[in-house]
Amino acid sequence: MEQILVNGAYLGAQYALIALGLTLIFALMNVMNFAHGQMYVLGGFVTYTIYGQLGMPYALALFVTAITLAVVGAVVEKFLFRPVIKRSQRDESTMLLAAGLGFFLDAVILLVFGEKQRGVPKLINGVFNWDFRVIMPYDRILIFALAVACIIGFMLFMQYSKTGRALRALAQDRDAAQLMGVDVDRYGMTGFALGAMLAGIVGGLLVTITGVNLGMGGPTSTKAFMMVMIGGAGVIPGAIFGGLILGFMESILLSTLASYGDITYLVIFVSLMIFLAIRPNGLMGKPWG
Amino acid sequence: MGLIIMQNKKILFTALFLIFVLVIIPSLIVMTSRWDLYYTLSSVALLAIASAGVWLTFYIGRINIGQGAFALVGGYVTAILITKAGFSFWLALPFSGLFAAFISVLIGLPILRLRGVYFAMITLVLTEVGRLSALALPITNGAKGISNIPLPGELSFAGITIIPDFASFENPRMAFYYLASVLMILCFATLYRLSNSRLGHLCRSMQQNEELTSSIGVNIAAIRIIIFALSSFMGGIGGSIFAVMSQSIYPSSFQVADSINFMLNCFLGGLGYVFGPMLGTVVLYFGWDLLFQTGKYQMLIYSSLLIISMLVLPNGLLSIRLSGRKKS
Repeated sequence: MEQILVNGAYLGAQYALIALGLTLIFALMNVMNFAHGQMYVLGGFVTYTIYGQLGMPYALALFVTAITLAVVGAVVEKFLFRPVIKRSQRDESTMLLAAGLGFFLDAVILLVFGEKQRGVPKLINGVFNWDFRVIMPYDRILIFALAVACIIGFMLFMQYSKTGRALRALAQDRDAAQLMGVDVDRYGMTGFALGAMLAGIVGGLLVTITGVNLGMGGPTSTKAFMMVMIGGAGVIPGAIFGGLILGFMESILLSTLASYGDITYLVIFVSLMIFLAIRPNGLMGKPWG
Repeated sequence: MGLIIMQNKKILFTALFLIFVLVIIPSLIVMTSRWDLYYTLSSVALLAIASAGVWLTFYIGRINIGQGAFALVGGYVTAILITKAGFSFWLALPFSGLFAAFISVLIGLPILRLRGVYFAMITLVLTEVGRLSALALPITNGAKGISNIPLPGELSFAGITIIPDFASFENPRMAFYYLASVLMILCFATLYRLSNSRLGHLCRSMQQNEELTSSIGVNIAAIRIIIFALSSFMGGIGGSIFAVMSQSIYPSSFQVADSINFMLNCFLGGLGYVFGPMLGTVVLYFGWDLLFQTGKYQMLIYSSLLIISMLVLPNGLLSIRLSGRKKS
């Protein structure tokens, strides 16, 4: 049982970090970023190239990954999403753009990095073993700690920095924020860059454990959407809760339902639908996003 | 006077379109003997039917990424009815549509209260639920799916053959082409009629503001269910014919990517136009096929074109016509 809980916390921290980026982009731009999973994969490949191929230190690789993805996010917002949002009759048109962007990133990743599964050398060797009740490799513990540190850092940034305040104002009410003198365009771009950066960082963290391959993008996006829905779209603490809940559900159900065949995800999805039917805005979402 | 001219124009366009689909395309295929095109075009017609359903849900202001689930339901119901219960295809086809609609009413009752991204995401999850259920349920035969579905038999009424046995044709694909395109035309005619009816006006007002619509005394809950059921009916019909045409159905026949494609077809064609989904399906399907020759750059070019088309025409391909009309 302890093992299941530890696994859940480990998964949950990763998931929460992915969901944070997605929910941030949604809160600021009202964009459902279908390309989020691809951004995560791209982050994994950048880290793989710098740490695994070029042999640079891991910290540097993670830093470069964050910068690369932030630039990608900023460019995408400035040249793609902003013009389309301004000119389109309906908000939903950005979904086609986001899906197209997802395909595009997939294609770029395929051309640049190929379709093979890639892995990097382990960060630290060894396994933590508490009396055979909890067994956890040290590198997973490190990644877990880094993920938690990122989440806390992000929360503090949103809470106390000037940029964070501006972003929160923007998420609450775009017009009001603009009237208060917040440069909506600039902070929209910052927020998108930040969201993409978070996705990239998770990719960079997870590549050391699970490796990375092209096909991971789509399923990751779907999972991230679910976490965002559980917590409530556009709410930052909600995304963290959503990630943790999904992580724990996955680890608990995978072990308890193992004897009934491969129905874990069916159970998770169906219970999510029931939950949303009862509570349409998620745990702490605003009505109608 | 102007009205009559416009009506004549409409009749002319319809007639031209019918001749094009039912006479010119088949004769072109016969002339060039590209028999494989029958299969391709039938698939396009079926995808257009399913996309039309998605467009209908857009029409009441809901983003539907769950059409794949209903197409899967339609396909499986047909496959099970034909192979296990010995039904004729012509009975299984409407039954599949009705069953998909029935399921959609059950699911729609709670989830249609959701809006915006919430509805979009829950329907996305619904597609996954469809695929996973098909894998898990005993009747659907798991990952192996159901194969060897027989071709449609003959449809007769009071001893008169209305549609002959598909196996008796020299080329059953041609029969499928006619079946799919006729159904597609019927489906879009229904859509056109609906969008110009009282119900269509109500849908458009719901798209803009549901509270306001309901405050005037419109039963929005009922309309939502009706439209969603109709939409899923189309998905079920599309999936049903698809299963019989490919003579097999697997859990992966319709998955998240397909649901997203149905949605993209609508976006690309234009959400404000009844014939948007048809045009979007044709362009996306053939665009992808034509780019096949570019090899490994296929995806790159395809997605770049998608992004560019969105940048240049954010309101869909058919909005070119709209902007032209506004100027004049």
